Amino acid sequence: MKQRSKSKSILFKVVVYSVCLLLAILSVLPFWVMFVNATRDTYQIQQTALSLIPSTHLMDNIKILLGKTFDPMKGLTNSMIVSVSSTLLTIYFSALTAYALVAYNWKLRSPFFTFILAVMMIPAQVSVIGFYQFMYKIGMTNNFLALILPSVAAPAAVFFMRQFMLASLPLELIEASRIDGASEFYTFNKIVLPIMKPAMATQAIFTFVSSWNSLFLPLVLLTDNDKYTMPIMVSLLRGDIYKTEYGAVYLGLALTVLPLFIAYFLLSRYIIEGVALGGVKG
Amino acid sequence: MKQKRNVSYAKYGYIFSLPFIIVFAIFSLYPIIYTGVIGFTDYKGLGTTTWHFLDEPFKNFVTILNNGSFRQALKNTFIIWTLNFIPQILMALLLTAWFTSRRNKVRGKGFFKVLFYMPNIITAASIAILFYALFSYPVGPVNSLLMQFGIIDKPVYFLVSKANARAIVAFIQFWMWYGYTMLILTSGVMGINPEIYEAAEIDGTSGIQTFFYITLPNLKTILLYVLITSMIGGLNMFDIPKLFMQGGPDNSTLTTSVFIYNQAFSGSYLYNRAAAASMIMFVIIAIFSGILFYVMRDKSEIEIKKEAKRAKKERMRLLEEQEAAQ
Repeated sequence: MKQRSKSKSILFKVVVYSVCLLLAILSVLPFWVMFVNATRDTYQIQQTALSLIPSTHLMDNIKILLGKTFDPMKGLTNSMIVSVSSTLLTIYFSALTAYALVAYNWKLRSPFFTFILAVMMIPAQVSVIGFYQFMYKIGMTNNFLALILPSVAAPAAVFFMRQFMLASLPLELIEASRIDGASEFYTFNKIVLPIMKPAMATQAIFTFVSSWNSLFLPLVLLTDNDKYTMPIMVSLLRGDIYKTEYGAVYLGLALTVLPLFIAYFLLSRYIIEGVALGGVKG
Repeated sequence: MKQKRNVSYAKYGYIFSLPFIIVFAIFSLYPIIYTGVIGFTDYKGLGTTTWHFLDEPFKNFVTILNNGSFRQALKNTFIIWTLNFIPQILMALLLTAWFTSRRNKVRGKGFFKVLFYMPNIITAASIAILFYALFSYPVGPVNSLLMQFGIIDKPVYFLVSKANARAIVAFIQFWMWYGYTMLILTSGVMGINPEIYEAAEIDGTSGIQTFFYITLPNLKTILLYVLITSMIGGLNMFDIPKLFMQGGPDNSTLTTSVFIYNQAFSGSYLYNRAAAASMIMFVIIAIFSGILFYVMRDKSEIEIKKEAKRAKKERMRLLEEQEAAQ
């Protein structure tokens, strides 16, 4: 009996590890091919497209890539401006809104929370025509503010912060601060925000990543080459000008995902925890 | 005295929500309403600023609903979503069962989780173009791989076939999202009371029985959450189909989002038709989130009440303490 369950458990492990290993390869291989092909020239790629060993043509590919419209530095800078500002606005104002929902007993509190839950799922695609026309009329297309300012109202982030606050913000602390004569705004900034740090860090990662990766709204709003964010830059690689420059295309892709890879492997523990914690899609 | 304190602090609830409310009203609510209005007008053409309401108010909606491409887009969205979701949820459930198995601890869980989730955070635009390059013909990494393993003996031109193009888009979606779904489900299992499992173990249930009779029923709400958010996400699918094959070949990977984009921001800039399509999408999404909302609401309301009770108790206690101190 015991023998049987032991052999069964070995079989279980063999199956589990083979499937997991296969999936792991599936996760890594496309990116591996991308990084390797970024160092190979068009001739090599046309001979054998699949190679696991890097070659020596990285510099040539860089020259080809940068010789055309693709400008990774510009994309990087623009994406940085948009993503960093959006992230800062989202985490600060989401914490503030969540605080209003948790710490104060106001008449419309419950309807307001219901409203936040209701609008959490509305995607940009639904309002894009009105949004574009509105921005066009006030001359804000090609203006990063059109992408940054809306981050003040991030329903999903408010929901996440509220859940965290309910669990870990002791209301006595606020009372104590009031007794000490601190203003409500001061209490929020100096006492509540430091307690919210873990939730803000998690939310910051997800807001940053989703803003960095966002293609739809920037593609609609930004028509000026100088304003292109990274995902729009990437879309240029699909165009005719890089049609035969395989190595350069792979290199361009590699450059766009490299910062994300670095960030992911540095922060993976928190990211994995954050996904499990929030259950909220970014 | 207590009464007075409540009244004087309540206003901060409004003040602190104000930035959210103002920005939401300007950048989300107004554009949605405006989009709805445009759906009833003759607004089209790049740079046009004037528009008029149509004599037949629902003309754009009728046109869109009878539009072959829009119907095709709805159909594609449904096909691609189904092709991606069924394997995704099955794979996620399987991995969840393995990773949370109490009898057979899987080593390296953390490592696998990191790798499985990885594609989810990488820019979808880059992934779409990467897969386009990987599947290229006649020489491409996927063709080389399949030929090396002897699965095919001459290169396949994957991207000309409608079925293949859809399958690849569905695969990319699956590949990007099963790790996320698995993480959500495993965290759901962690939330199940361990005593139930202990009781089951004493009763001698097998691992498979435990999964089907304890884990799965307890994950019902989370599974519904995953299903509905994935459906909404599926409807919004844009980056991958747009950049992978531009909706082609022959509109086979045209999704509703790509359709809206193409109508409004290319060709003859039919803002009114795109707006009508947006509103149709909005209705579908509203129905989905209504269901989700209904299921999730009860829980949070109970939570609010509980929390209000606790806060009240806490205030009473503090008051008493204060009074005692005086």
